[in-house]
Amino acid sequence: MKAANAIQVKNLTKTFGEFTAVNNISFHVGKGEVFGFLGANGAGKTTAMKMLIGILKPTSGKAQVANYDITSHANDVKKNIGYMSQRFSLYNDLTIKENITFFGGIYGLKKATIKTKTQALINDLGLHDEANKLVGSLPLGWKQKVAFSVSLLHDPQIIFLDEPTGGVDPITRRQFWEMIYREAHKGKTIFVTTHYMDEAEYCDRVSIMVEGKIEALDSPKNLKTQYKVDSMNQVFLKLARNIE
Amino acid sequence: MSIIVKNISKSYGQVKALDDISLEVRPGELFGLIGPDGAGKTTLFRILTTLLLPNEGTASVNGFDIVKDYKSIRNNVGYMPGRFSLYQDLTVEENLRFFATIFGTTIKENYDLIRDIYVQIEPFKNRRAGRLSGGMKQKLALSCALIHKPKVLFLDEPTTGVDPVSRKEFWEMLKRLQKQNITIFVSTPYMDEAELCDKIALITDGKILQINTPEAIKASFPKKIYKVRSSETFKLIQDLGTYNKTHSAYPFGEYIHFTSTQSDFQPSELIDYLKANKHNQIEVLETNATIEDTFMELSK
Ligand SMILES: Nc1ncnc2c1ncn2[C@@H]1O[C@H](COP(=O)(O)OP(=O)(O)OP(=O)(O)O)[C@@H](O)[C@H]1O
Ligand SMILES: [Mg+2]
Repeated sequence: MKAANAIQVKNLTKTFGEFTAVNNISFHVGKGEVFGFLGANGAGKTTAMKMLIGILKPTSGKAQVANYDITSHANDVKKNIGYMSQRFSLYNDLTIKENITFFGGIYGLKKATIKTKTQALINDLGLHDEANKLVGSLPLGWKQKVAFSVSLLHDPQIIFLDEPTGGVDPITRRQFWEMIYREAHKGKTIFVTTHYMDEAEYCDRVSIMVEGKIEALDSPKNLKTQYKVDSMNQVFLKLARNIE
Repeated sequence: MSIIVKNISKSYGQVKALDDISLEVRPGELFGLIGPDGAGKTTLFRILTTLLLPNEGTASVNGFDIVKDYKSIRNNVGYMPGRFSLYQDLTVEENLRFFATIFGTTIKENYDLIRDIYVQIEPFKNRRAGRLSGGMKQKLALSCALIHKPKVLFLDEPTTGVDPVSRKEFWEMLKRLQKQNITIFVSTPYMDEAELCDKIALITDGKILQINTPEAIKASFPKKIYKVRSSETFKLIQDLGTYNKTHSAYPFGEYIHFTSTQSDFQPSELIDYLKANKHNQIEVLETNATIEDTFMELSK
């Protein structure tokens, strides 16, 4: 396996009883890449992502994330990645500051480090007035920006984002992608799912999953050429349900 | 009128969730409430479906007053709340049967109405709702809201988390429901869906910014928009951000939509600026405003 890859997946499979949610997928993600993990509802994206971050055991197949095997070294994987789940991943009944302190603690950061990181995070997001408000009272877009920053607290090499912008307003959605770009420029690897096809255009490469399998994987530009269409939306329509 | 809202206001403590909202929806109309999270959309849905009382103002649905006639309203409307209303421990089919039963109907009787969406989750009808993927849950919730053939359908962000193919099919289905003279009041954060409504209200911070047809709202965009691209998207965003004639610059897929502060702005000025900043393969083309452009301009 090449050391330059942040994620390396081989024949990864997950079944629930008779049902195969992830069906023998293989791919890699390079260091510093923004990788879009697309697919229809129920295609198996969240299930695959849960295996890659070490919280769900594969039925068969292998994967390495940050050079650790996801089955035998699940804990090392968790320490080296950041994760934002499809459902919101902060505590609504804690303030922004309390959430940061709480997650900083989980990631094993020192008190002093948490303090400086908290200040930096609040400065970066311009949330001085909101820092002591309950997260539950914030607009979704702000929550998502805070959740993203929190997933970066322990300086992970790879960040997994499961539909981070679903339902977020258009301006905040763009600010969120600016944050993603900034992290990618620092050399972080981004693994992101989305149902917004304009966001698919912002990825270096995207894969499209259909019923547990990866049916296409390339840069947005090449995919559009390959399927002879001029938007990612059309590529998606063609692949996911064969709509012309 | 199918829905009449007159001067409705609602506060939670210090926060004014709705501030003097008025609107009307004709029978059989597909009316879109477009706004970001926290704009007050869900509060308005809850008031119109009689789950919440306003502090001020009046409203009626299908001729029934939301306060006096709340029972009649509940029997006549279908409501799909944004956050899940499903029973996680019941299977897909049990959830649907439950909603059919409380309204005194059966799945069979109204199957036609839900078929397009339901067939996609029917293969999993014995799976518990809690084990469905995010988008599959949305489809089940919608089927449940429709199963009693309501006269007015309230859909609060029904397609959030739904994939592009299913969203397309979903809107085709809404158009078909409309033909059966069902009034549809829908909220969405997807601006491309706003364009599919007969009429839309743009809402933010509890106030309505505009109500009109999507065409009229797009036509009201105050500036010329240029779509810009070069070989380096990230640098382009940054350079447009620091350009002294930029009014706005927002990424739209593979292009950036750019407007200028100058009324006599010439695209050649921008091209020169980008060339001076070492951009290659520069493209600057005039383009039409979308609802998304308009929304961002109004909420700036
Ligand atoms: N614990 C489980 N038991 C049974 N089936 C499951 C379980 N978890 C997931 N599934 C099924 O696996 C399939 C893939 O689900 P997954 O959540 O990975 O989809 P997804 O691609 O993330 O979809 P979405 O875009 O809607 O979020 C679905 O059919 C889902 O119902
Ligand atoms: Mg998912």
